[in-house]
Amino acid sequence: MTGLSEEVRPNKAFGWAAIDTSGVLSPFKFSTRGTGEKDVAFKVLYCGICHSDLHMIKNDWGSSIYPLVPGHEVVGEVTEVGSKVQKFKVGDRVGVGCMVGSCRSCDNCTNNLENYCPEMIFTYGAKYYDGTVTYGGYSNTMVVDEHFVVGIPENLPLDAAAPLLCAGITVYSPLRFYGLDKPGLHVGVVGLGGLGHLAVKFAKAMGTKVTVISTSPSKQKEALENLGADSFLVSRDQDQLRAAIGTFDGIVDTVSAQHPLLPLLGLLKSHGKLVVLGIPEKPLELPAFPLIQGRKLVGGSMTGGMKETQEMIDFAAEHGIKADTEVIAMDYVNAAMDRLLKGDVKYRFVIDIGNTLKSIS
Amino acid sequence: MSTTVEEQKQQKAFGWAATDQSGTLSPFNFSRRENGDEDVTLKILYCGVCHSDLHVLKNEWGFTSYPVVPGHEIVGVATKVGKNVTNFKVGDRVGVGVLVGSCKTCECCQQDLENYCPQIIFTFNSYNPDGTKTYGGYSDMIVVDQRYVLRFPDNLPLDAGAPLLCAGITVYSSMKYYGMTEAGKHLGVAGLGGLGHVAVKIAKAFGLKVTVISSSPDKESEAINRLEADSFLLSSDPAKMKSAIGSMDYIIDTVSAAHPLLPLLSVLKVNGKLVTVGLPNKPLELPVFPLVFGRKLVGGSDVGGMKETQEMLDFCAKHNIAADIELIRMDEINTAMERLAKSDVRYRFVIDVGNSLSQ
Repeated sequence: MTGLSEEVRPNKAFGWAAIDTSGVLSPFKFSTRGTGEKDVAFKVLYCGICHSDLHMIKNDWGSSIYPLVPGHEVVGEVTEVGSKVQKFKVGDRVGVGCMVGSCRSCDNCTNNLENYCPEMIFTYGAKYYDGTVTYGGYSNTMVVDEHFVVGIPENLPLDAAAPLLCAGITVYSPLRFYGLDKPGLHVGVVGLGGLGHLAVKFAKAMGTKVTVISTSPSKQKEALENLGADSFLVSRDQDQLRAAIGTFDGIVDTVSAQHPLLPLLGLLKSHGKLVVLGIPEKPLELPAFPLIQGRKLVGGSMTGGMKETQEMIDFAAEHGIKADTEVIAMDYVNAAMDRLLKGDVKYRFVIDIGNTLKSIS
Repeated sequence: MSTTVEEQKQQKAFGWAATDQSGTLSPFNFSRRENGDEDVTLKILYCGVCHSDLHVLKNEWGFTSYPVVPGHEIVGVATKVGKNVTNFKVGDRVGVGVLVGSCKTCECCQQDLENYCPQIIFTFNSYNPDGTKTYGGYSDMIVVDQRYVLRFPDNLPLDAGAPLLCAGITVYSSMKYYGMTEAGKHLGVAGLGGLGHVAVKIAKAFGLKVTVISSSPDKESEAINRLEADSFLLSSDPAKMKSAIGSMDYIIDTVSAAHPLLPLLSVLKVNGKLVTVGLPNKPLELPVFPLVFGRKLVGGSDVGGMKETQEMLDFCAKHNIAADIELIRMDEINTAMERLAKSDVRYRFVIDVGNSLSQ
């Protein structure tokens, strides 16, 4: 750290960081900036573990800056607000998701689509305006511009709310944007993980009929009894697939492994929509005939803007939507990452930062 | 209709058909049903040659039933109308496009989307409910249920207007459905052939800024000077493609040969839409990254319903939009097909059926 950074960041902080591509996390001391006039400083209480965190600590996408303090599903309690902050006060329950800055003036920003701003700044591992690198929520404290902070209503437990800040908005936004939020529509959810389980809950709350589409018959009981899905389709079962042809208005595909799109397109009614949220390593095969003959579309989506993120949190509070979590201690995080790699979690790890992140002497 | 095939009256018809996968067309006698209560009989004057005709002639899609009489850009004059026909009278200028039947009762049919009816009957290479085959417009006459007949506006030339019945509706419908008609927005048209050139004209009429995207530098002059596109983007030039990144609101992709989607997706702005209307034989490669990071979509579209097809014809008549055609005689069709396979036509062949189809 240079002298310049110390001037810019006067407040001591601590967390856990990855220092190389092994991705192993360990205690790490750093500093945050002072609370500027538009900033909200908060004590972190919980932070969800997103699969993106795992990709980033191992530099799977080639963009990681070490040391890397991950975490973009952050909730906590406000400790200080800048003089021009209007929406929050000390003691408020707040959350921060995937971004902490944007240009605020481009078409996307003025349309509440800061997440698509070409100058959007990620919550961790990105260069901030002051030249410093952003550190995420696997830490005891954060300072964030008010615009990128959301309020968490009292009736949403903080630990179960944390995953909404990335996984929640990632599924909520496309359900709205692609019009799959109308009561009575039939929506499929492919993949039952962090994203998928929340997609089921949000889609049900919006009044749609929900079918979980999965390769594992063992997930059926979970899907129907725990998550409240209306039905379950084993995608490897040709008979089930055939019987369901042309019965879906939309499908939300959360799977990031390579997989064929043709069967999913076949499940759609004409004018149906396939929304892809997972990012496979290689391009997928897209057969054009089913798209053309049924006027179907394949569209993507990525998180959501700040206005919509707050709307999603309020919707979740109103409908009692919480993530299904496994709360862990900070020092379990490396074991959690190993399990996450194997998909061994129902359905999101959440780090109990407030109680288990010990300060470093 | 409750009569069996044998009982149903048939009348003689004459056209050109292919009898095998060589796709070579030759004179062919066949029969059509007599004009029923709901039917309109057309004496065919012109028929456009669509690239789909060529695909079907050579069984490139694998579902051709020979002998096949192609042609689904048909214009002519009504010579008979059934007693229940109210919208047409003898002597009217009429057209028939890509479909001649549908179930009429499903959700799609009820929403004027007969083209998406699961029981759609195509104008050729399809089967009527009574089991008889449908034969297309490379013939002297056709008998069609009034619901699938279009009124041809007076100021639309019959010959140059024929291709609108497939090419025109294909681009018009996709633009309307995907909301690609906002004046001032920037549309890219990939591929400059039968579909592409009509897309440029219709897009200009909607007030869009239009860029033609093509791999052939010699199409630039055509695109700008003849079709009045606003600009031209050479897709085979990496530097030009790079400078066009994030510049277009929408792209209509009319290219049916296999081609990569990533360069086209990169040219789209955030929330951009790529609509594919070419029918490639093989699947396309879809990189998911640009879709997710830019909330972009790739959609398809397939001609249009009858109501919208009529709307399109009226729109084109109002804006003086017709295809750029090369009029040919019926007996030149095989040569035309060879040239079409090499994209050697500006931009649609139209067969002068009325003047050149003879026994």
